[in-house]
Amino acid sequence: MTEMVYGTVPVRDGEPVLPKWWRTIDKWSMSCVMILFAIGLLLGFAASPPLAAKNGFEPFHYVQRQALFGTVALMTMLILSMMRPDLVRRLAVIGFFCALAAVIGLPFFGTDFGKGAVRWYSLGFGSFQPSEFLKPGFIVVAAWLLAASQEINGPPGQRLSLMLAVGIAGMLAVQPDFGQAALILFGWSVMYFVAGAPIYLLVGIAGLTILASTLAYNHSEHFARRIDGFLSPDVDPTTQLGYATNAIREGGFFGVGVGEGEVKWSLPDAHTDFIIAVAAEEYGLILVLTVILLYAVIVVRSMVRLMRERDPFIRLAGTGLAAVFGVQAIVNMGVAVRLLPAKGMTLPFVSYGGSSLIAGGIAVGMLLAFTRSRPQGEIGDILRGGGRHR
Amino acid sequence: MIRTPLRPLARILDARRKGENPDAIERENMHRRHEEMRGRARVQAEGRLLILGATFLMVFVLVGGRMALIAGSEPSEPRASAAGASIRAQRADILDRRGRILATNMETYSLYAQPPQMIDPGHAADRLAAIFPDLEREALIEKFTGKRKFLWIKRKISPEQRQAVHDIGDPGLLFGPREMRLYPNGALASHVLGGARFGREGVHAAEVVGVAGVEKKLDSMMRDPARGGEPVRLSLDLTVQAAVERVLAGGMTLMNAKGASAVVMDVQTGELVSIASLPDFDPNDRPGVSGGADSPLFNRAVQGVYELGSTFKIFAVAQAMDLGLITPESMIDTKGPLKWGKFLIRDFHDYGAEMTTSEVIVKSSNIGAARIAQQIGVERQQAFLRDLGLLDPVPLEIIEAGGSQPLLPHRWSELSAMTISYGHGLSVSPLHLATAYSIIANGGRQVRPTLLPHQGGPGGKRVMSRETSAAARRMLRRVVTDGTASFGEVSGYAVGGKTGTADKPDPQGGYYEDKTITTFASMFPADKPQYVLVVMLDEPVETTGPEPRRTAGWTAVPVAAEIIRRIAPLLGVRPEIEPAPLADITLTSSN
Repeated sequence: MTEMVYGTVPVRDGEPVLPKWWRTIDKWSMSCVMILFAIGLLLGFAASPPLAAKNGFEPFHYVQRQALFGTVALMTMLILSMMRPDLVRRLAVIGFFCALAAVIGLPFFGTDFGKGAVRWYSLGFGSFQPSEFLKPGFIVVAAWLLAASQEINGPPGQRLSLMLAVGIAGMLAVQPDFGQAALILFGWSVMYFVAGAPIYLLVGIAGLTILASTLAYNHSEHFARRIDGFLSPDVDPTTQLGYATNAIREGGFFGVGVGEGEVKWSLPDAHTDFIIAVAAEEYGLILVLTVILLYAVIVVRSMVRLMRERDPFIRLAGTGLAAVFGVQAIVNMGVAVRLLPAKGMTLPFVSYGGSSLIAGGIAVGMLLAFTRSRPQGEIGDILRGGGRHR
Repeated sequence: MIRTPLRPLARILDARRKGENPDAIERENMHRRHEEMRGRARVQAEGRLLILGATFLMVFVLVGGRMALIAGSEPSEPRASAAGASIRAQRADILDRRGRILATNMETYSLYAQPPQMIDPGHAADRLAAIFPDLEREALIEKFTGKRKFLWIKRKISPEQRQAVHDIGDPGLLFGPREMRLYPNGALASHVLGGARFGREGVHAAEVVGVAGVEKKLDSMMRDPARGGEPVRLSLDLTVQAAVERVLAGGMTLMNAKGASAVVMDVQTGELVSIASLPDFDPNDRPGVSGGADSPLFNRAVQGVYELGSTFKIFAVAQAMDLGLITPESMIDTKGPLKWGKFLIRDFHDYGAEMTTSEVIVKSSNIGAARIAQQIGVERQQAFLRDLGLLDPVPLEIIEAGGSQPLLPHRWSELSAMTISYGHGLSVSPLHLATAYSIIANGGRQVRPTLLPHQGGPGGKRVMSRETSAAARRMLRRVVTDGTASFGEVSGYAVGGKTGTADKPDPQGGYYEDKTITTFASMFPADKPQYVLVVMLDEPVETTGPEPRRTAGWTAVPVAAEIIRRIAPLLGVRPEIEPAPLADITLTSSN
């Protein structure tokens, strides 16, 4: 009897897919993503007409494209968020290997669009940046490896995933795309940290970093000058950063008004890397703080939900996805307010860019799939007296 | 401590005794261990996730706080003054070789309106229409009362206009500081300077970017803040340039030509003292792009590549002498017409069965030059012309120099070699020709044409020997004393040179009968040349005689002579009052 039940009868919980999805999904984070995308479209109306004018398109050409890609991205997100975690993992691993092959093929088939870095494939109607798709795939694969290494008789997943991370970061660095390379390494480090990195290692790395930067600051004039230049309060008003700072200042708390901004005419990257400056100038601090709040809600809520997660793979993958998502937003905005040195990074869901949008949809879709509420064996914990449950 | 490891074993023994499968128990043990490990990992991860989440929250708050700080810092920063400082003297001046201004900046203002702040749009529109006749009152009122909150009215206004607008007293009319590019000499050297326009434009400043000529080629250099506004000095001489342009314009009118160009080059350094192309334009008010090769924007001296005819003969002769194939006294077979396949090469007149090399140049025999080219061969000819810089674009510091790629024959056959020897089948610009003649003039060393003083010095690669160069120069001198360029004699300056008259190619194929390009490539003084002058006229007709004359000797040569007469004193070349001793030598060689 027991054996017949065990494994042969198909296990099916009676609940239909959509109601179950609606009951378990993190509705707050999902709403935040939708609102972010809407804000991105709104800003696109302000930020992209200069670019469209320069490239000879009608004014809202890029807004239309953004809406198109955004719809695809949101659909992808919704579909992914309905899947079970193991199905997500399977797809992500397949996607990871495809993206990896695409990145490896870049030096042979890619194009640099005259920007000096070979990051894109040129398709007829647009371009495709495989490294954007590699990120979420890598996070899932690395999380899988790290989780597997915690099993009894598991593979040496920590070493394997580190090798993978370093290899991919190296490939991205030769493109050169140091921003994405740093993101990959950062994602791995966060997962390793949550997977239980030994505390002495963390302290050691922190100490080494401080020591190395002190040494570099004292001994390398070049490095010191860059740091000093970055720390100094004066900024040349004709640089991108100067324009961005001025734009934020001009905007004040409530902005100069819709369509009144000047910065979008001066900044070549107004629609991507410096979109937050456009937002600050036209809509003021109010909108910027809203955007920051939305990102913070997504990241922190996801992490809090993951704290209760019992499955190590889901916990790690979710952490990695949320952290990379958040860090991208932080770096983008941190550059605009000169908390960080200049580095091109898109603002997820807000900046213009097809690859970044769709890859963002994939990443957030997977994150939502991982943070869905599911039974976490609370009763078993109580019975065993383990866990940390009130 | 001891009991824990023993207990599972005890259970297994117990199970065995009862005849149950011990594997199940072992699996259960494993599962329990696994759950414990997971539990531990989970507790640890909970703490670390808490740290991570808190860190992210803190950084988000930090970014938001910093945003708020910057957004709130508006009053403390005098932004307008910072922006104003950055546009002052942002583009370097351009000077001639003696420091006279060719291009500079002038402070001016742009006028814009912010309709929401206007008090009386009707009155303002009335007054504006009175100040600027090209503005229409109705259109202004419509704009001022419409939805727009910002609009440009005028890009550049004069100080008087600014005062007049100021006197309207409407707070919605505002001025933005501007720097505009000013060319005080008007059309002088217009093709070299090119022009500039406003680039990216904001309320507080606008970029001035070059659109052509040196302004575009050296754009980043002139805008480089690191140079601190240090002016860019060109090798042009304003006085010489003015004289050249004036004489050239007069010559173009007299000879009924539709275009003309002249190049004056220092033979040692390759510096251009003057380069002119007519018709020209005023870079202060640059015309729109139009018209191709007949547009005033077209730089005939650099962009225009033409078959320059017999001026090329000296290259074949110099190379053959340098290779030791011939001497100035060798007899060259000039029996005509020369048949090559279906192709016939003829001379202007029949010069008899044979003549000396010098005579080939002096009388300008196509057949003689072609015979010499046959001796040289295709490959050696190509290499020599490449050394003279005639096969590549000129590396001049104006953006148009990229368009000076010579037109080469599709297949450089032996026939091509023969026609190229007398200047057909290879199209080059007058600047190319000046460069190649400078090499002959300076004793055989390569020079690089340049607009920047003291860039190219002497001592380029040697292309021909000193002796060859001297012999070629003696021949060129004889062209003026007893050859086709007799109008080129300027007493005291011992001009040497070679004429070239080429039929213009018809775009439909073949050549025009009655349209020519006439060229005179000259150097002075011929015994020790300091400057090369190339004058080219496009479709000239000299009509003082009984029939119209279209040869270089009647058109380009007198213009060039007049230019030399004017500029030689300006360039500090001393006239030789005694008859040139070269005459004796040339007499002996013409037996």
